[in-house]
Order: sequence, then C-alpha cells, then structure tokens
Amino acid sequence: MSLALRDVSRTFNGTTAVRGVNLEVEPGEIIGLLGTSGCGKSTLLRAISGLDSEYDGEIEINGNVSRQIQDTASFIFQEPRLLPWLNVLDNVTFGLTGKRKDKENRAIDYLESVGLRGKESLYPRELSGGMAQRVAIARALVTSPEILLLDEPFSALDAFTKMQLQDLLLDVWKKYQSTIVMVTHDIDEAMYLCDRVVILKGQPGEVEREIRVDQERPRDRGSEYLAHLKSEILECLDLNKK
Amino acid sequence: MAEQQNSTVSGYASPAQIDIKQKGKQDSSKKNKGSLLQTVLYGSIIPVALIVLWELLSRAGVVPSNQLPAPTTILEKIISLGQDGSLWGHIWITTYRVFAGFIIGTVAAIVLGAVVGFYKKAEQLFDPMIQAFRSIPSLAWVPLFILWMGIGETSKVVMIAVGVFFPVYLNIVSGILGVDRKLIEVGKMYGLNTFQLVKRIILPASLPSFLVGMRSGLGLGWMFVVAAELMGASQGLGFLLVFGQNMSSPETILASIILFAIIGKLSDWVLKQVEVRSLHWQDRLEK
Ligand SMILES: Nc1ncnc2c1ncn2[C@@H]1O[C@H](COP(=O)(O)OP(=O)(O)O)[C@@H](O)[C@H]1O
Ligand SMILES: [Mg+2]
Repeated sequence: MSLALRDVSRTFNGTTAVRGVNLEVEPGEIIGLLGTSGCGKSTLLRAISGLDSEYDGEIEINGNVSRQIQDTASFIFQEPRLLPWLNVLDNVTFGLTGKRKDKENRAIDYLESVGLRGKESLYPRELSGGMAQRVAIARALVTSPEILLLDEPFSALDAFTKMQLQDLLLDVWKKYQSTIVMVTHDIDEAMYLCDRVVILKGQPGEVEREIRVDQERPRDRGSEYLAHLKSEILECLDLNKK
Repeated sequence: MAEQQNSTVSGYASPAQIDIKQKGKQDSSKKNKGSLLQTVLYGSIIPVALIVLWELLSRAGVVPSNQLPAPTTILEKIISLGQDGSLWGHIWITTYRVFAGFIIGTVAAIVLGAVVGFYKKAEQLFDPMIQAFRSIPSLAWVPLFILWMGIGETSKVVMIAVGVFFPVYLNIVSGILGVDRKLIEVGKMYGLNTFQLVKRIILPASLPSFLVGMRSGLGLGWMFVVAAELMGASQGLGFLLVFGQNMSSPETILASIILFAIIGKLSDWVLKQVEVRSLHWQDRLEK
C-alpha cells in the first residue's frame, strides 16, 4: 500500500507541533521517522493512523485521501496497551474476526514467533515489560496489516530482545510486504531496518533531511557503511561532538 | 556513541527492576498465605477475651443484666426466636427489602450512570442536579416518602433504593469517565464501532469501579433498612430493635444487631466473591 503526506501540519491550541511534512512512501517500503524527543514524531504517526484527524494538509493511503482509521493498518504503541482483563491469547485475537479456533491458531503462530509459546493463559499483570510488549507486537502483526505503524516499539526493551524483535519485524515484512512507518530515536535501529530515514528536527518539527540506506537486508549491524551513515545522521542532528 | 551506551544500560536496567518487583510480590503473597491463620488468631484474641470477660462480669452480677445481658442470654434469645419460627420471618422480610431496594437502586444507577458517562450532553444536563441531590443526607427524604407513599413496603423499598443509588451511580460515572483513553484507542485502531467499544473495552474497564459502588451501595442499603424499619414496621430485624426497646428487652435488641451484622457481612461476602471472580485479572487483588 502506498502512502503520501502532503504538507501535513498539526497545531495543538495554537502551538504547532509539526509543520509542512511531505512524504511519499512506496508499497512495501520501510520508513523511519527519526528525531529528538518532542519534535512531533508521534503526532505525525497518529495523523497517519487516523487516530488524530485534526491535522492540516492531506494524507493519501493507496490513492484515497481519508481521515478515517484504516482497517488495513495496525499500530504498535510505545507502551504495550494490553487489555488487562484478557489473557495473552485473547489479547492477540482481539482484532481478529472469524471462527474462534482459526483465530486462536493464528494467534498461537504469532506468539510462537515472538517467543511466548506456552504463555497463552497468562494475564497482563503476570508479564514482564518486555513480554507485554511482545504480546502487543503479536497482536498488531496477527492481522497481517498492509500498513504497519510503530511508535518507538522497542524502546522499553533490553538490547537482546530488541534485536530479536527487529529481526521478527523483518520476517513479517518479507512475508507480507507490509508498508512500514516506524518512529524511533534509536539511530542504529533506523539504519538496520529502514529503506529511508526521515530526520525531523526543531520545534515545531520539520523534515530536515531524508537519508536512503542503500543496502540489502539482512544488514550487518556493525558494517562500515552503517557507521558512516550514522555519523552523517548525528551531524545532521547536531549531535556529533568531535 | 554515548547515546547508544545509554540506551543499552537502560535496556538492561528495566527488566532487572521488573524482576525484583515481581519477586517482591511473590514473597509477600506467600507470606500472606502463611500468616492468614496468624492474622485470624491475632484478630480474634481481643474480641474473644472481651466476650469471655463480659460473660463473667454478667454472671458475677457486676453488669446489671436488665441493661447488658450476658452473651449466652443473647444466644439463647436468638435460638428461642428461631425455635418459635418468628426469626425467619424477620430475617426474610428485612433481606427482601434490602434486596428489592438494592436491585431498583442499582438498575436506576446503571441506566443514569451509563447515560451520563457516555454522553457529554447528558452529563451537563443531569450531573449537577444529581450532585446537588447527593449532598442531601438521604435519610432526610424519609418524612416526605412516608407522606407520599405511607408506611407500607413501597416507601421502605424506595428509601433503600435511594440510599443504594448514589454510591453506585457515582462509581459508574467515574468508572466510565476514567477508562484509559489509550485502551479506547486500541479498540478504535481495530475499527470497533461505538457499541463494540462499549461492550469490549469500556464495560470491562469500568467493572472494578462498578463493583466498588455496588458494595458500598449494599452497605448503605443495610443502613437504610434499619432506618425504614425503625420508623414503622410490623416485621423485620429493625422492628425487633423497636420491639426490644418497648419490651425493655436488651437481649432482643442485641440479638437483632448481631443478626444484622451476620447477614450484612454474608451479603457483602457474596459480592466480594463476585468481585474476586470477575476481577481476577486485576493487579491489586491479593488472593
Ligand atoms: N494531545 C496533545 N495536546 C497538546 N500538545 C501535544 C499533544 N500531543 C503532542 N503535543 C505536543 O506536540 C509536540 C510533539 O509531541 P510528540 O509528537 O509526542 O513528540 P515525539 O517526537 O517525542 O513523539 C510536543 O511539544 C507535545 O507537547
Ligand atoms: Mg513520541
């Protein structure tokens, strides 16, 4: 599914959070929105999702301009946002429709791939932070979304889980060719996953630069090329203190 | 580079903290189970001692038995009431009044609370009025209800219903208004319509608050049944109170008080069980 943002701005009670964002996303592309805290990354993602419809400008999804929530889109929030009264399995099947048995089999497949097989009957209060986020990821992926929106999905996880889940995301992408827009403040993550990294900067946030990561996946996290790109990004964000 | 190190460090730190928290929880819950017996033992030392002391003092004639009869006398009174059959009538009618008032009050609170909770307009229309009514002590309505409906069953049940209504209503409204907006967004993201949102997210999320309201409503229901029966009744535990007073029979009064305590506790226990069953997912409930 293609996605296009035309001159998107968002103002909260007179203060502008993001201004004049233009972006064209090809079907199956992975886009990273990178920027320091408070520059409007989440705001932008919420506008794309349709959860927020009060923005100015136009967002086009697959050729249709719409401010509605798309049922082909999934959102992974920064926090797990599991429903505390449902167990792990019911949380994952929450967005699915159809026969109960089919839903559950699908959910179990995804729980397997996030490494939570056998935890189906636990309740959210019994999960650690990392496990809860993995359930949330399974819940978003199980609907095989054509557009996947992620808001710093791995930022609360430990380094190892984070890398595992990044690879899981790539597996899902390979299988379904979802279009992915991912907010992150982790430069390494952006470079490991994304085709293009959009750098937002300032208050109100504006697009500072787009950087294309021209490397086949799976990528080598420690490659020279990525290290070079990283220093370029740091420079762009004025964070490179040499 | 510094940023990367930072994120790695915090990445390690957070799961470790969670682990510690969970361990702490498990330990304390184990301790809870082990010490349950101890808690009951400790908690009953003073009451048992007091009852024994009371019995001894009564027997020794230190406390005049026409003012404060001995515990065994009260027990005998309850048994004799049970044997002549009148006890069940009193218990039944009182429980029936509380139950009827509780149902009516709760249903009214659910309907109004849901409307006020869901519709901003309804909140603006009704809530200020309800809040104003709430500040009137409900017992103050009693004379008016009696004037309107006489001393019969209706006015008693209505009074109890009024008492039950407010805590249930207030808790339902605050429960609905307090549902985490973030969870509602999850529902919206899955394309749920308003009805599905209510059924699948808002209702379960406000259930804890609703149950709290029901329990305090039930407590008030028992309070109000006493008031209603004191005012005029020919049967019921509250009537036993008045009857005991008129007959100068403190053991009847005390028997009635004890029965109120037992039945009140029992009905609360039933709701508590409902709460434990339906809210087992909550973090705060210890088992
Ligand atoms: N609902 C809101 N109401 C008012 N201000 C908001 C709201 N959401 C975000 N903002 C403001 O918009 C700016 C960007 O926020 P956000 O998009 O969350 O940043 P981030 O890039 O860290 O995700 C911040 O200054 C924030 O205070
Ligand atoms: Mg954010």
